[in-house]
Amino acid sequence: MTLFNNGSVRFGSVVLVLLLLLAIAAPWLGTVDPTLFDAASRDLRPGESGEITTLEGETVKHVFLMGSDSFGRDIYSRVLYGTRVSLMVGLAAALVALAFGVVAGLSAGYLRWLDGPLMRVMDGVMAIPAILIAIAVVALYRASLPTVIIAIAIPEIPRVTRLVRSLVLTIREEPYVEAAVSLGTPAAKIMFGHILPNTVAPLLVQGTYICAFAILLEAILSFLGVGLPADIPTWGNIMAEGRVQFVAYPHNVFFPGVFLAVTVLAVNILGDGLRDTLDPKMAKRV
Amino acid sequence: MLGVVAVLVFLLLRLTPGDPAAILAGDAATSEQIALIRADLGLDRPLIIQFGIWIGKVLTGDLGQSFYFRIDVATLIAQRLEPTFALAALTILIAVAVAVPLGALAAWRFGGWLDRALMGFSVLGFSVPVFVLAYLLIWLVSLKLGWLPVQGYVRIADSFLLFLKHLILPSITLSVIYIALIARVTRASVLEALGEDYIRTARAKGLPELRVLVRHALANAAVPIATVIGIGIAILIGGVVVTESVYAIPGLGRLTVDAVLARDFPTIQGVILFFSFVYVAINLLIDLSYVFLDPRIRY
Repeated sequence: MTLFNNGSVRFGSVVLVLLLLLAIAAPWLGTVDPTLFDAASRDLRPGESGEITTLEGETVKHVFLMGSDSFGRDIYSRVLYGTRVSLMVGLAAALVALAFGVVAGLSAGYLRWLDGPLMRVMDGVMAIPAILIAIAVVALYRASLPTVIIAIAIPEIPRVTRLVRSLVLTIREEPYVEAAVSLGTPAAKIMFGHILPNTVAPLLVQGTYICAFAILLEAILSFLGVGLPADIPTWGNIMAEGRVQFVAYPHNVFFPGVFLAVTVLAVNILGDGLRDTLDPKMAKRV
Repeated sequence: MLGVVAVLVFLLLRLTPGDPAAILAGDAATSEQIALIRADLGLDRPLIIQFGIWIGKVLTGDLGQSFYFRIDVATLIAQRLEPTFALAALTILIAVAVAVPLGALAAWRFGGWLDRALMGFSVLGFSVPVFVLAYLLIWLVSLKLGWLPVQGYVRIADSFLLFLKHLILPSITLSVIYIALIARVTRASVLEALGEDYIRTARAKGLPELRVLVRHALANAAVPIATVIGIGIAILIGGVVVTESVYAIPGLGRLTVDAVLARDFPTIQGVILFFSFVYVAINLLIDLSYVFLDPRIRY
Protein backbone atom coordinates (compact mmCIF):
# COMPACT_ATOMS: atom_id res chain seq x y z
CA MET A 1 0.00 0.00 0.00
CA THR A 2 1.22 3.47 -0.82
CA LEU A 3 0.21 4.77 2.61
CA PHE A 4 2.87 2.72 4.32
CA ASN A 5 5.62 4.12 2.12
CA ASN A 6 5.33 7.21 4.26
CA GLY A 7 7.69 7.03 7.24
CA SER A 8 5.43 9.01 9.55
CA VAL A 9 2.45 6.76 8.86
CA ARG A 10 4.60 3.68 9.47
CA PHE A 11 6.07 5.00 12.72
CA GLY A 12 2.78 6.27 14.08
CA SER A 13 0.80 3.13 13.32
CA VAL A 14 3.50 0.77 14.62
CA VAL A 15 3.65 2.60 17.97
CA LEU A 16 -0.14 2.69 18.19
CA VAL A 17 -0.52 -1.00 17.39
CA LEU A 18 2.04 -1.76 20.10
CA LEU A 19 0.08 0.36 22.59
CA LEU A 20 -3.15 -1.34 21.53
CA LEU A 21 -1.57 -4.76 22.10
CA LEU A 22 -0.36 -3.62 25.52
CA ALA A 23 -3.87 -2.46 26.35
CA ILE A 24 -5.53 -5.69 25.21
CA ALA A 25 -2.93 -7.98 26.73
CA ALA A 26 -2.68 -6.04 30.00
CA PRO A 27 -4.01 -8.92 32.19
CA TRP A 28 -1.28 -11.31 30.94
CA LEU A 29 1.70 -8.98 31.22
CA GLY A 30 2.47 -9.59 34.88
CA THR A 31 -0.02 -7.05 36.12
CA VAL A 32 -2.33 -7.30 39.10
CA ASP A 33 -5.80 -5.81 39.40
CA PRO A 34 -5.05 -2.04 39.18
CA THR A 35 -7.37 -1.26 42.09
CA LEU A 36 -5.63 -3.65 44.49
CA PHE A 37 -3.59 -2.07 47.25
CA ASP A 38 -1.51 -3.15 50.19
CA ALA A 39 -0.62 -0.92 53.09
CA ALA A 40 2.71 -2.70 53.48
CA SER A 41 3.80 -1.78 49.95
CA ARG A 42 3.26 1.96 49.99
CA ASP A 43 5.60 4.31 48.11
CA LEU A 44 7.94 1.66 46.71
CA ARG A 45 10.53 2.81 44.20
CA PRO A 46 10.53 1.30 40.69
CA GLY A 47 11.80 -2.28 40.64
CA GLU A 48 11.39 -2.93 44.36
CA SER A 49 9.47 -5.99 45.42
CA GLY A 50 6.75 -6.07 48.01
CA GLU A 51 3.47 -7.81 48.52
CA ILE A 52 -0.07 -7.19 47.48
CA THR A 53 -3.37 -8.39 48.91
CA THR A 54 -5.78 -9.92 46.40
CA LEU A 55 -9.54 -9.57 46.56
CA GLU A 56 -9.71 -12.97 48.27
CA GLY A 57 -7.57 -11.57 51.09
CA GLU A 58 -4.54 -13.57 50.04
CA THR A 59 -1.15 -11.84 50.22
CA VAL A 60 1.15 -12.53 47.28
CA LYS A 61 4.66 -11.42 46.40
CA HIS A 62 4.82 -8.87 43.61
CA VAL A 63 7.59 -6.91 41.92
CA PHE A 64 6.60 -3.24 41.45
CA LEU A 65 8.26 -2.52 38.09
CA MET A 66 7.26 1.15 38.16
CA GLY A 67 6.96 1.44 41.92
CA SER A 68 3.79 1.94 43.92
CA ASP A 69 1.69 4.90 45.00
CA SER A 70 0.77 6.14 48.46
CA PHE A 71 -2.00 3.54 48.75
CA GLY A 72 0.36 0.73 47.81
CA ARG A 73 -1.12 0.19 44.35
CA ASP A 74 1.04 -1.07 41.48
CA ILE A 75 1.84 1.80 39.09
CA TYR A 76 2.83 -0.61 36.31
CA SER A 77 -0.59 -2.28 36.34
CA ARG A 78 -2.38 1.04 36.61
CA VAL A 79 -0.45 2.55 33.69
CA LEU A 80 -1.11 -0.48 31.49
CA TYR A 81 -4.82 -0.54 32.26
CA GLY A 82 -4.83 3.25 31.82
CA THR A 83 -3.80 2.67 28.19
CA ARG A 84 -7.21 1.10 27.62
CA VAL A 85 -9.05 4.15 28.93
CA SER A 86 -6.93 6.64 26.98
CA LEU A 87 -7.18 4.83 23.64
CA MET A 88 -10.91 4.29 24.08
CA VAL A 89 -11.61 7.91 25.03
CA GLY A 90 -9.49 9.16 22.11
CA LEU A 91 -11.22 6.95 19.57
CA ALA A 92 -14.72 7.47 20.93
CA ALA A 93 -14.39 11.25 21.17
CA ALA A 94 -13.08 11.42 17.61
CA LEU A 95 -15.99 9.30 16.35
CA VAL A 96 -18.59 11.36 18.22
CA ALA A 97 -17.11 14.67 17.01
CA LEU A 98 -16.89 13.35 13.42
CA ALA A 99 -20.46 12.00 13.46
CA PHE A 100 -22.03 15.23 14.69
CA GLY A 101 -19.69 17.40 12.64
CA VAL A 102 -20.39 15.48 9.42
CA VAL A 103 -24.16 15.74 9.80
CA ALA A 104 -23.97 19.43 10.72
CA GLY A 105 -21.44 20.21 7.99
CA LEU A 106 -23.38 18.37 5.27
CA SER A 107 -26.56 20.15 6.31
CA ALA A 108 -24.91 23.57 6.44
CA GLY A 109 -23.20 23.08 3.10
CA TYR A 110 -26.12 21.58 1.24
CA LEU A 111 -29.22 23.11 2.82
CA ARG A 112 -28.54 26.79 2.29
CA TRP A 113 -31.24 28.13 4.68
CA LEU A 114 -29.61 26.29 7.56
CA ASP A 115 -26.12 27.55 6.79
CA GLY A 116 -26.27 30.99 8.46
CA PRO A 117 -27.84 30.09 11.81
CA LEU A 118 -25.92 26.83 12.20
CA MET A 119 -22.53 28.36 11.47
CA ARG A 120 -23.19 31.24 13.91
CA VAL A 121 -23.77 28.70 16.67
CA MET A 122 -20.55 26.91 15.68
CA ASP A 123 -18.66 30.22 15.75
CA GLY A 124 -19.98 30.76 19.26
CA VAL A 125 -18.79 27.34 20.41
CA MET A 126 -15.37 28.00 18.86
CA ALA A 127 -15.10 31.28 20.77
CA ILE A 128 -15.09 29.38 24.06
CA PRO A 129 -11.73 27.69 24.76
CA ALA A 130 -12.09 23.89 24.42
CA ILE A 131 -10.93 23.07 27.90
CA LEU A 132 -13.56 25.38 29.45
CA ILE A 133 -16.43 23.76 27.52
CA ALA A 134 -15.24 20.33 28.58
CA ILE A 135 -14.88 21.41 32.21
CA ALA A 136 -18.32 23.03 32.25
CA VAL A 137 -20.06 20.00 30.73
CA VAL A 138 -18.32 17.61 33.10
CA ALA A 139 -19.20 19.84 36.05
CA LEU A 140 -22.89 19.94 35.12
CA TYR A 141 -23.42 16.26 34.42
CA ARG A 142 -21.00 14.68 36.94
CA ALA A 143 -18.11 12.79 35.45
CA SER A 144 -18.52 9.34 33.95
CA LEU A 145 -16.98 7.75 30.86
CA PRO A 146 -19.77 8.81 28.42
CA THR A 147 -19.93 12.35 29.87
CA VAL A 148 -16.19 12.83 29.55
CA ILE A 149 -16.20 11.56 25.95
CA ILE A 150 -19.04 13.90 24.99
CA ALA A 151 -17.52 16.81 26.90
CA ILE A 152 -14.27 16.38 24.95
CA ALA A 153 -16.06 15.91 21.62
CA ILE A 154 -18.28 19.02 21.81
CA PRO A 155 -15.54 21.66 21.32
CA GLU A 156 -14.24 19.69 18.31
CA ILE A 157 -17.59 19.54 16.47
CA PRO A 158 -17.36 23.10 15.01
CA ARG A 159 -13.97 22.37 13.42
CA VAL A 160 -15.29 19.23 11.73
CA THR A 161 -18.43 21.09 10.66
CA ARG A 162 -16.38 23.87 9.08
CA LEU A 163 -14.17 21.37 7.25
CA VAL A 164 -17.11 19.34 5.91
CA ARG A 165 -19.05 22.46 4.97
CA SER A 166 -16.17 23.89 2.96
CA LEU A 167 -15.67 20.54 1.19
CA VAL A 168 -19.38 20.30 0.41
CA LEU A 169 -19.43 23.81 -1.04
CA THR A 170 -16.71 22.76 -3.50
CA ILE A 171 -18.06 19.31 -4.29
CA ARG A 172 -21.66 20.41 -4.85
CA GLU A 173 -20.54 22.32 -7.94
CA GLU A 174 -19.10 19.17 -9.52
CA PRO A 175 -20.84 17.87 -12.66
CA TYR A 176 -21.74 14.51 -11.11
CA VAL A 177 -23.69 16.24 -8.33
CA GLU A 178 -25.45 18.44 -10.87
CA ALA A 179 -26.31 15.31 -12.83
CA ALA A 180 -27.74 13.63 -9.74
CA VAL A 181 -29.81 16.72 -8.93
CA SER A 182 -31.24 16.91 -12.45
CA LEU A 183 -32.20 13.21 -12.23
CA GLY A 184 -34.34 14.10 -9.20
CA THR A 185 -32.22 12.30 -6.58
CA PRO A 186 -33.42 13.12 -3.05
CA ALA A 187 -31.25 15.57 -1.08
CA ALA A 188 -30.38 13.01 1.61
CA LYS A 189 -29.10 10.55 -0.99
CA ILE A 190 -26.98 13.22 -2.67
CA MET A 191 -25.51 14.30 0.66
CA PHE A 192 -24.63 10.85 1.98
CA GLY A 193 -24.22 8.91 -1.29
CA HIS A 194 -22.44 11.38 -3.54
CA ILE A 195 -20.83 14.06 -1.40
CA LEU A 196 -19.84 12.23 1.80
CA PRO A 197 -17.57 9.63 0.14
CA ASN A 198 -15.47 12.46 -1.27
CA THR A 199 -14.81 13.94 2.16
CA VAL A 200 -13.36 10.76 3.68
CA ALA A 201 -9.65 11.52 3.26
CA PRO A 202 -9.61 14.96 4.94
CA LEU A 203 -11.95 13.67 7.65
CA LEU A 204 -9.60 10.79 8.42
CA VAL A 205 -6.75 13.28 8.90
CA GLN A 206 -8.91 15.56 11.06
CA GLY A 207 -10.17 12.58 13.07
CA THR A 208 -6.61 11.56 13.89
CA TYR A 209 -5.81 15.01 15.25
CA ILE A 210 -9.02 15.02 17.30
CA CYS A 211 -8.03 11.65 18.71
CA ALA A 212 -4.67 13.03 19.88
CA PHE A 213 -6.30 16.08 21.36
CA ALA A 214 -8.96 13.98 23.12
CA ILE A 215 -6.37 11.75 24.78
CA LEU A 216 -4.56 14.87 25.98
CA LEU A 217 -7.72 16.57 27.22
CA GLU A 218 -8.94 13.48 29.07
CA ALA A 219 -5.62 13.32 30.91
CA ILE A 220 -5.82 17.03 31.72
CA LEU A 221 -9.37 16.72 33.08
CA SER A 222 -8.47 13.72 35.20
CA PHE A 223 -5.29 15.43 36.36
CA LEU A 224 -7.24 18.49 37.49
CA GLY A 225 -9.56 16.19 39.41
CA VAL A 226 -12.64 16.99 37.34
CA GLY A 227 -12.38 14.06 34.89
CA LEU A 228 -13.10 10.38 35.30
CA PRO A 229 -13.75 9.18 38.88
CA ALA A 230 -10.54 8.63 40.83
CA ASP A 231 -11.04 4.86 41.16
CA ILE A 232 -10.71 4.35 37.39
CA PRO A 233 -7.01 3.97 36.53
CA THR A 234 -6.30 6.62 33.89
CA TRP A 235 -2.96 8.29 33.24
CA GLY A 236 -4.36 11.61 34.42
CA ASN A 237 -5.69 10.10 37.62
CA ILE A 238 -2.41 8.34 38.41
CA MET A 239 -0.57 11.63 37.97
CA ALA A 240 -3.15 13.56 40.01
CA GLU A 241 -2.66 11.05 42.80
CA GLY A 242 1.11 11.18 42.52
CA ARG A 243 1.53 14.95 42.26
CA VAL A 244 1.14 15.45 46.02
CA GLN A 245 4.41 13.70 46.72
CA PHE A 246 6.10 14.47 43.44
CA VAL A 247 9.19 15.83 45.19
CA ALA A 248 9.88 12.55 47.03
CA TYR A 249 8.51 10.05 44.50
CA PRO A 250 8.63 11.44 40.95
CA HIS A 251 7.92 8.01 39.37
CA ASN A 252 4.16 8.33 40.01
CA VAL A 253 4.04 11.26 37.63
CA PHE A 254 6.91 10.22 35.38
CA PHE A 255 5.73 6.85 34.00
CA PRO A 256 2.14 7.79 33.07
CA GLY A 257 3.51 11.09 31.72
CA VAL A 258 5.88 9.28 29.36
CA PHE A 259 3.12 6.92 28.17
CA LEU A 260 0.80 9.86 27.57
CA ALA A 261 3.40 11.88 25.67
CA VAL A 262 4.45 8.92 23.49
CA THR A 263 0.83 8.05 22.65
CA VAL A 264 -0.12 11.58 21.68
CA LEU A 265 3.11 11.96 19.74
CA ALA A 266 2.42 8.74 17.80
CA VAL A 267 -1.13 9.82 16.94
CA ASN A 268 0.06 13.29 15.87
CA ILE A 269 2.84 11.86 13.70
CA LEU A 270 0.36 9.43 12.15
CA GLY A 271 -1.90 12.41 11.43
CA ASP A 272 0.93 14.36 9.78
CA GLY A 273 1.81 11.33 7.66
CA LEU A 274 -1.79 10.75 6.60
CA ARG A 275 -2.14 14.42 5.72
CA ASP A 276 0.99 14.38 3.57
CA THR A 277 -0.09 11.24 1.66
CA LEU A 278 -3.84 11.78 1.38
CA ASP A 279 -4.04 15.51 1.03
CA PRO A 280 -0.98 17.03 -0.64
CA LYS A 281 -2.74 20.39 -0.99
CA MET A 282 -3.22 20.68 2.76
CA ALA A 283 0.37 19.62 3.42
CA LYS A 284 1.68 22.58 1.51
CA ARG A 285 -0.37 25.02 3.55
CA VAL A 286 0.92 24.20 7.03
CA MET B 1 -20.29 36.32 18.21
CA LEU B 2 -20.26 37.32 21.89
CA GLY B 3 -24.06 37.30 21.76
CA VAL B 4 -23.99 33.65 20.68
CA VAL B 5 -21.49 32.87 23.44
CA ALA B 6 -23.80 34.51 25.99
CA VAL B 7 -26.77 32.45 24.77
CA LEU B 8 -24.68 29.25 24.96
CA VAL B 9 -23.45 29.98 28.48
CA PHE B 10 -27.02 30.84 29.50
CA LEU B 11 -28.44 27.65 27.98
CA LEU B 12 -25.67 25.54 29.52
CA LEU B 13 -27.37 25.83 32.88
CA ARG B 14 -30.97 25.85 31.65
CA LEU B 15 -30.60 22.64 29.62
CA THR B 16 -29.35 20.62 32.56
CA PRO B 17 -31.73 18.32 34.34
CA GLY B 18 -32.76 19.75 37.67
CA ASP B 19 -33.76 23.14 39.03
CA PRO B 20 -31.34 25.88 37.88
CA ALA B 21 -32.06 27.85 41.04
CA ALA B 22 -31.07 24.88 43.19
CA ILE B 23 -27.90 24.36 41.11
CA LEU B 24 -26.99 28.05 41.34
CA ALA B 25 -27.64 28.18 45.05
CA GLY B 26 -25.32 25.27 45.75
CA ASP B 27 -25.66 22.10 47.76
CA ALA B 28 -25.90 23.78 51.16
CA ALA B 29 -28.60 26.35 50.35
CA THR B 30 -31.86 26.65 52.28
CA SER B 31 -35.21 26.60 50.47
CA GLU B 32 -35.65 30.35 51.15
CA GLN B 33 -32.36 31.09 49.37
CA ILE B 34 -33.42 28.95 46.42
CA ALA B 35 -36.79 30.73 46.25
CA LEU B 36 -34.99 34.07 46.34
CA ILE B 37 -32.77 33.14 43.40
CA ARG B 38 -35.75 31.78 41.48
CA ALA B 39 -37.61 35.08 41.91
CA ASP B 40 -34.47 37.09 41.17
CA LEU B 41 -33.80 35.34 37.85
CA GLY B 42 -37.50 35.13 36.94
CA LEU B 43 -37.26 31.35 36.55
CA ASP B 44 -41.05 30.98 36.55
CA ARG B 45 -41.29 33.14 33.41
CA PRO B 46 -40.68 32.20 29.74
CA LEU B 47 -37.12 31.32 28.72
CA ILE B 48 -36.69 34.40 26.55
CA ILE B 49 -37.57 36.76 29.41
CA GLN B 50 -35.23 34.83 31.70
CA PHE B 51 -32.48 35.42 29.19
CA GLY B 52 -33.36 39.13 29.06
CA ILE B 53 -33.09 39.43 32.83
CA TRP B 54 -29.84 37.51 32.92
CA ILE B 55 -28.11 39.35 30.06
CA GLY B 56 -29.23 42.68 31.55
CA LYS B 57 -27.44 41.78 34.76
CA VAL B 58 -24.34 40.55 32.92
CA LEU B 59 -24.10 43.77 30.90
CA THR B 60 -24.12 45.84 34.07
CA GLY B 61 -21.29 43.69 35.42
CA ASP B 62 -23.45 41.63 37.79
CA LEU B 63 -22.37 38.01 37.35
CA GLY B 64 -24.18 36.83 40.47
CA GLN B 65 -22.93 35.63 43.83
CA SER B 66 -20.42 32.85 44.29
CA PHE B 67 -21.91 30.57 46.92
CA TYR B 68 -18.53 29.03 47.65
CA PHE B 69 -16.46 32.18 48.08
CA ARG B 70 -19.45 34.22 49.33
CA ILE B 71 -18.63 37.32 47.25
CA ASP B 72 -19.65 38.78 43.89
CA VAL B 73 -18.30 36.79 40.96
CA ALA B 74 -17.19 40.01 39.26
CA THR B 75 -15.15 41.00 42.33
CA LEU B 76 -13.73 37.49 42.52
CA ILE B 77 -12.57 37.62 38.90
CA ALA B 78 -11.01 41.05 39.45
CA GLN B 79 -9.09 39.73 42.47
CA ARG B 80 -7.65 36.80 40.54
CA LEU B 81 -6.81 38.75 37.40
CA GLU B 82 -3.25 39.88 38.17
CA PRO B 83 -1.45 36.51 38.28
CA THR B 84 -3.24 35.23 35.17
CA PHE B 85 -2.62 38.38 33.21
CA ALA B 86 1.07 38.42 34.20
CA LEU B 87 1.48 34.74 33.30
CA ALA B 88 -0.23 35.15 29.93
CA ALA B 89 1.66 38.32 29.03
CA LEU B 90 5.06 36.85 29.89
CA THR B 91 4.20 33.66 27.98
CA ILE B 92 3.20 35.55 24.84
CA LEU B 93 6.35 37.66 25.11
CA ILE B 94 8.61 34.60 25.39
CA ALA B 95 6.74 32.71 22.68
CA VAL B 96 6.86 35.50 20.10
CA ALA B 97 10.48 36.39 20.89
CA VAL B 98 11.56 32.77 20.37
CA ALA B 99 9.17 31.48 17.72
CA VAL B 100 9.25 34.24 15.11
CA PRO B 101 13.05 34.38 14.64
CA LEU B 102 13.31 30.57 14.75
CA GLY B 103 10.50 30.12 12.24
CA ALA B 104 11.99 32.71 9.90
CA LEU B 105 15.48 31.17 10.11
CA ALA B 106 14.06 27.69 9.50
CA ALA B 107 12.33 28.93 6.37
CA TRP B 108 15.48 30.76 5.25
CA ARG B 109 17.50 27.55 5.48
CA PHE B 110 14.63 25.35 4.32
CA GLY B 111 15.46 21.65 4.81
CA GLY B 112 18.55 22.43 6.90
CA TRP B 113 19.30 21.15 10.40
CA LEU B 114 17.55 24.05 12.13
CA ASP B 115 14.46 23.50 9.99
CA ARG B 116 14.34 19.79 10.78
CA ALA B 117 15.01 20.40 14.48
CA LEU B 118 12.27 23.02 14.66
CA MET B 119 9.71 20.82 12.92
CA GLY B 120 10.58 17.95 15.24
CA PHE B 121 10.30 20.25 18.23
CA SER B 122 6.93 21.54 17.12
CA VAL B 123 5.41 18.03 16.84
CA LEU B 124 6.87 17.28 20.26
CA GLY B 125 5.54 20.57 21.63
CA PHE B 126 2.02 19.68 20.51
CA SER B 127 2.24 16.24 22.07
CA VAL B 128 3.83 16.69 25.48
CA PRO B 129 1.05 17.69 27.87
CA VAL B 130 1.55 20.97 29.71
CA PHE B 131 1.52 19.38 33.14
CA VAL B 132 4.03 16.66 32.25
CA LEU B 133 6.35 19.35 30.95
CA ALA B 134 5.69 21.40 34.08
CA TYR B 135 6.77 18.57 36.36
CA LEU B 136 9.80 17.83 34.21
CA LEU B 137 10.91 21.46 34.50
CA ILE B 138 10.18 21.64 38.24
CA TRP B 139 12.20 18.49 38.75
CA LEU B 140 15.13 19.72 36.67
CA VAL B 141 15.30 23.47 37.36
CA SER B 142 13.86 23.76 40.86
CA LEU B 143 14.73 20.46 42.54
CA LYS B 144 17.98 19.34 40.87
CA LEU B 145 19.52 22.71 40.09
CA GLY B 146 17.72 24.76 42.74
CA TRP B 147 17.63 27.85 40.54
CA LEU B 148 13.99 28.82 40.93
CA PRO B 149 11.25 28.34 43.52
CA VAL B 150 9.08 25.23 43.05
CA GLN B 151 5.63 26.78 43.32
CA GLY B 152 3.67 29.77 44.48
CA TYR B 153 3.15 33.37 43.52
CA VAL B 154 4.28 36.75 44.83
CA ARG B 155 2.33 39.90 43.98
CA ILE B 156 4.15 42.36 41.78
CA ALA B 157 3.54 45.09 44.38
CA ASP B 158 5.33 43.06 47.08
CA SER B 159 8.56 42.26 45.28
CA PHE B 160 9.19 42.52 41.59
CA LEU B 161 12.20 40.18 41.67
CA LEU B 162 10.36 37.42 43.52
CA PHE B 163 7.35 37.98 41.27
CA LEU B 164 9.52 37.35 38.23
CA LYS B 165 11.30 34.38 39.80
CA HIS B 166 7.99 32.66 40.51
CA LEU B 167 6.64 33.36 37.08
CA ILE B 168 9.55 32.38 34.82
CA LEU B 169 9.12 28.62 35.03
CA PRO B 170 5.32 28.62 34.52
CA SER B 171 5.72 30.97 31.55
CA ILE B 172 8.39 28.82 29.92
CA THR B 173 6.22 25.75 30.46
CA LEU B 174 3.22 27.38 28.91
CA SER B 175 5.12 28.96 26.03
CA VAL B 176 6.36 25.64 24.59
CA ILE B 177 3.13 24.69 22.82
CA TYR B 178 2.64 28.30 21.78
CA ILE B 179 6.15 28.43 20.33
CA ALA B 180 5.43 25.25 18.41
CA LEU B 181 2.30 26.78 16.93
CA ILE B 182 3.73 30.20 16.03
CA ALA B 183 7.03 28.84 14.71
CA ARG B 184 5.18 26.46 12.38
CA VAL B 185 3.07 29.21 10.85
CA THR B 186 5.98 31.68 10.69
CA ARG B 187 8.05 29.10 8.85
CA ALA B 188 5.27 28.31 6.39
CA SER B 189 4.39 31.93 5.60
CA VAL B 190 8.00 33.15 5.39
CA LEU B 191 8.70 30.20 3.11
CA GLU B 192 5.87 31.30 0.87
CA ALA B 193 7.04 34.93 0.88
CA LEU B 194 10.61 33.86 0.03
CA GLY B 195 9.33 32.33 -3.20
CA GLU B 196 7.97 35.67 -4.45
CA ASP B 197 9.51 37.71 -7.22
CA TYR B 198 10.28 40.71 -5.02
CA ILE B 199 12.67 38.58 -2.98
CA ARG B 200 14.62 37.75 -6.12
CA THR B 201 14.62 41.46 -6.98
CA ALA B 202 15.84 42.39 -3.50
CA ARG B 203 18.63 39.84 -3.70
CA ALA B 204 19.50 40.90 -7.25
CA LYS B 205 20.02 44.46 -6.20
CA GLY B 206 22.51 43.20 -3.62
CA LEU B 207 20.66 43.72 -0.34
CA PRO B 208 22.19 41.92 2.66
CA GLU B 209 20.44 38.60 3.41
CA LEU B 210 19.32 39.72 6.86
CA ARG B 211 17.53 42.71 5.36
CA VAL B 212 15.89 40.54 2.70
CA LEU B 213 14.71 38.13 5.38
CA VAL B 214 13.38 40.70 7.84
CA ARG B 215 12.22 43.67 5.76
CA HIS B 216 11.00 41.78 2.72
CA ALA B 217 10.03 38.22 3.68
CA LEU B 218 9.05 38.53 7.35
CA ALA B 219 7.17 41.80 6.88
CA ASN B 220 5.04 40.19 4.20
CA ALA B 221 4.38 37.18 6.40
CA ALA B 222 3.13 39.31 9.31
CA VAL B 223 -0.61 38.84 8.80
CA PRO B 224 -0.78 35.03 9.16
CA ILE B 225 1.62 35.24 12.12
CA ALA B 226 -0.61 37.78 13.88
CA THR B 227 -3.63 35.59 13.12
CA VAL B 228 -2.11 32.49 14.67
CA ILE B 229 -1.06 34.43 17.77
CA GLY B 230 -4.73 35.33 18.18
CA ILE B 231 -6.01 31.79 17.59
CA GLY B 232 -3.39 30.50 20.00
CA ILE B 233 -4.97 32.51 22.83
CA ALA B 234 -7.53 29.70 23.14
CA ILE B 235 -4.74 27.17 23.72
CA LEU B 236 -3.10 29.64 26.08
CA ILE B 237 -6.26 29.94 28.19
CA GLY B 238 -6.52 26.16 28.40
CA GLY B 239 -2.86 26.03 29.38
CA VAL B 240 -3.34 28.70 32.04
CA VAL B 241 -5.92 26.51 33.78
CA VAL B 242 -3.45 23.61 33.97
CA THR B 243 -0.29 25.60 34.65
CA GLU B 244 -1.79 27.59 37.51
CA SER B 245 -2.93 24.34 39.06
CA VAL B 246 0.51 22.74 38.91
CA TYR B 247 2.45 25.80 40.09
CA ALA B 248 -0.15 26.81 42.71
CA ILE B 249 -0.70 30.27 41.24
CA PRO B 250 -3.87 31.87 42.61
CA GLY B 251 -5.21 33.13 39.27
CA LEU B 252 -8.32 32.68 37.14
CA GLY B 253 -7.33 29.21 35.95
CA ARG B 254 -7.02 27.97 39.50
CA LEU B 255 -10.34 29.67 40.25
CA THR B 256 -11.98 27.74 37.39
CA VAL B 257 -10.82 24.39 38.75
CA ASP B 258 -11.77 25.27 42.32
CA ALA B 259 -15.19 26.43 41.15
CA VAL B 260 -15.79 23.18 39.25
CA LEU B 261 -14.69 21.05 42.19
CA ALA B 262 -17.05 23.02 44.45
CA ARG B 263 -19.78 22.98 41.75
CA ASP B 264 -19.94 26.76 42.10
CA PHE B 265 -21.98 27.53 38.97
CA PRO B 266 -22.21 31.33 39.13
CA THR B 267 -18.41 31.41 39.18
CA ILE B 268 -18.07 28.83 36.38
CA GLN B 269 -20.46 30.84 34.20
CA GLY B 270 -18.65 34.07 35.01
CA VAL B 271 -15.19 32.72 34.26
CA ILE B 272 -16.26 31.16 30.95
CA LEU B 273 -17.93 34.41 29.87
CA PHE B 274 -14.87 36.40 30.89
CA PHE B 275 -12.35 34.13 29.09
CA SER B 276 -14.48 34.04 25.94
CA PHE B 277 -14.81 37.80 26.01
CA VAL B 278 -11.03 38.21 26.28
CA TYR B 279 -10.46 35.70 23.48
CA VAL B 280 -12.90 37.41 21.09
CA ALA B 281 -11.68 40.90 22.04
CA ILE B 282 -8.03 40.03 21.41
CA ASN B 283 -8.88 38.50 18.05
CA LEU B 284 -10.84 41.62 17.13
CA LEU B 285 -7.81 43.78 18.02
CA ILE B 286 -5.62 41.56 15.89
CA ASP B 287 -8.05 41.88 12.97
CA LEU B 288 -7.79 45.65 13.34
CA SER B 289 -3.97 45.48 13.49
CA TYR B 290 -3.93 44.11 9.91
CA VAL B 291 -4.28 47.71 8.78
CA PHE B 292 -0.80 48.41 10.14
CA LEU B 293 0.71 45.07 9.17
CA ASP B 294 -0.50 45.19 5.59
CA PRO B 295 -1.20 48.68 4.17
CA ARG B 296 -3.31 47.12 1.38
CA ILE B 297 -5.98 46.16 3.92
CA ARG B 298 -8.59 48.84 4.56
CA TYR B 299 -11.70 48.58 6.72
